[in-house]
Amino acid sequence: MLEIRNLHARIVDDGTEIIRGLNLTVKAGEVAAIMGPNGSGKSTLSYILAGREDYEVTEGDILYNGQSILEMDPAERATSGIFLAFQYPMEIPGVATMEFLKVAMNEQRKARGEEPLKIPEFLKRVKEAAASLSMDMAMLKRPLNVGFSGGEKKRAEILQMKLLEPKLCVLDETDSGLDIDALKIVSDGVNALRAPDRAFLVITHYQRLLEHIVPDSVHVLYKGQVIKSGDKSLALDLEANGYAGVIGEAA
Amino acid sequence: MNMHTQPQRTPAETALIDAFGDRLSLLPGDGAVMLKRDDAIEAIKHGLPTRRIESWHYTDLRRLLNVVPDFDAAAMAKALAPIVEGSAVLPVLNGKSDAKVPTIEGVTVQRLLEKLTDGSIAPGLDSYGSDDAIGALNTAFVADGYFVDIADGVELEKPIELQNVQAGGQTHVRLPVRVGAGAKAVIVERQAGEGAALVSSVSQLVLGEGAEVTWLIVQEQPETATHLAQFKAHIGKNAKLTLFVMNAGGKLVRQEIMVRTTGEGADFKLRGINLLAGDTHSDVTMVLDHAVPHTTSTEVVRNVVTGKARGVFQGRINVHQYAQKTNAKMACNTLLLSDDGEFSTKPELEIFADDVVCGHGATVTEIDHDHLFYLMARGVDEKTARGLLVKAFVAEVIEELDDETIVEALEARLDDWFVTHG
Repeated sequence: MLEIRNLHARIVDDGTEIIRGLNLTVKAGEVAAIMGPNGSGKSTLSYILAGREDYEVTEGDILYNGQSILEMDPAERATSGIFLAFQYPMEIPGVATMEFLKVAMNEQRKARGEEPLKIPEFLKRVKEAAASLSMDMAMLKRPLNVGFSGGEKKRAEILQMKLLEPKLCVLDETDSGLDIDALKIVSDGVNALRAPDRAFLVITHYQRLLEHIVPDSVHVLYKGQVIKSGDKSLALDLEANGYAGVIGEAA
Repeated sequence: MNMHTQPQRTPAETALIDAFGDRLSLLPGDGAVMLKRDDAIEAIKHGLPTRRIESWHYTDLRRLLNVVPDFDAAAMAKALAPIVEGSAVLPVLNGKSDAKVPTIEGVTVQRLLEKLTDGSIAPGLDSYGSDDAIGALNTAFVADGYFVDIADGVELEKPIELQNVQAGGQTHVRLPVRVGAGAKAVIVERQAGEGAALVSSVSQLVLGEGAEVTWLIVQEQPETATHLAQFKAHIGKNAKLTLFVMNAGGKLVRQEIMVRTTGEGADFKLRGINLLAGDTHSDVTMVLDHAVPHTTSTEVVRNVVTGKARGVFQGRINVHQYAQKTNAKMACNTLLLSDDGEFSTKPELEIFADDVVCGHGATVTEIDHDHLFYLMARGVDEKTARGLLVKAFVAEVIEELDDETIVEALEARLDDWFVTHG
């Protein structure tokens, strides 16, 4: 489903190269975990997948279902089924959450040639999704993410993911800022979405999240490259021994 | 007005002076009113204000006012559906009030024509200082409007909508409103029309003790009209005034706001949105006098600038020496969406009391790229995402009004503007 080939990318503003020859393949139905120390390029990778303009790809390619996505803007990528759950979801004052959800869902439907949702159907879907994440509907009456706690913002991201039904879900440190209960709710939300035609790229610092969202593969990112890949036992190994050993092997 | 001798009159100045000569016999008023008119036209003969007059620095009226249309008595204007359903509408169509004034319980409504004819309005026609070009223009030519008196203790359930609908030519209208002690009302001042008009409109509001008024100015003139307006208010003891101004049209617009707190406990809120497009010039100039102790005010103005539009906000807060414990805060935020647009902000605090809290802030920004990315990352295309963010920027000010009917009505006006200019 996702194939990243020899990807090199830098920050547009200052030319700093962050991704330096990254290769990664994720198949449909697979949950791939990306781990790595701070500054290894994990969040940058998620932004590049979503199409953020602050980064420039200088070499290599990103294929999604066999097609390069490099020329697509963030909205086109999203309507084609790529979803990024942000590490730090933006607070957007003045944009009502419900209005935003309706616009986003209908824009995606429009791109797929479907009719816009009727209001009762839209409300039903939002209510169901919110209930499954133990979210209060009153929260959704507020402007988008404004005044939400860190945990509420993460839940709101998963809520959006549920409603938009993407095919490639990129979760950028979704566990940061979550207490144990919230981590369980969010993980259950993600697990419920696991499907043979859907892939997940779970970016995390810690093994903790992977106890709840059990990955099929684990990849260690360091200095903009995948330096080691393995199964879920690799995550346990990293938790026990730190990154130093793996980095030493690669060097 | 400015006392410099102008070397030569502009065509606009000449047209105004000639029009006064032509119209004199048609203008209503007793001796006292006619004397005020004479004074006013004398002021205009000294010349329209230029950028050398401080309060007109960003709006050089002498240079910008280059077309003064003739009066067009035959032109027809049609009353509009009120922005809030069920409002009592008081229409002034092509400068003329309706002979059939509606009955509103607890409210006395009179045609201004009558109050000019009998002279009872004369004291209100004085100018506001020497640079009061809009006041002078209006006093010289005002022919009609409404006088509204809301009796003590009356709480109006539905808004009163004062409609000034021009049909081209010139219209000069005055709308004095008195709100009695303890009375509550929502008043909509609607400024619209379809012609290449010159409009002057002066609203005068007096709030009795404990009165509460929300006054909404909705200005949607076409991009051919010159709109020169004043809103003057005195806020009495423990009275509250929320003034909401939405400027969403006009070729050359100046909306002046002069407010004075006259009793302790008075509170004033100004909330303004300026939606500026095309090749236009819009100026909102406020002078607020905290004249007695223990009064409060907040002013929030948000501007969206597109095209070649130029905008101005001048906010002057005078805290008089005796006005201790004043609390005043002013903010002006601009979203600049075009390289050819501009916005000038001039906040001024003149504080003569020593125990007050006063502050002001101004920002000019573009669309936040992080916000744009976030919306697009959910599949919202760039144009729609930008529209959502621009609307959000101004809708925040509307939502503060806290009255769902009014919020909805104003958001509908906002949507209208975005449909035309988005």
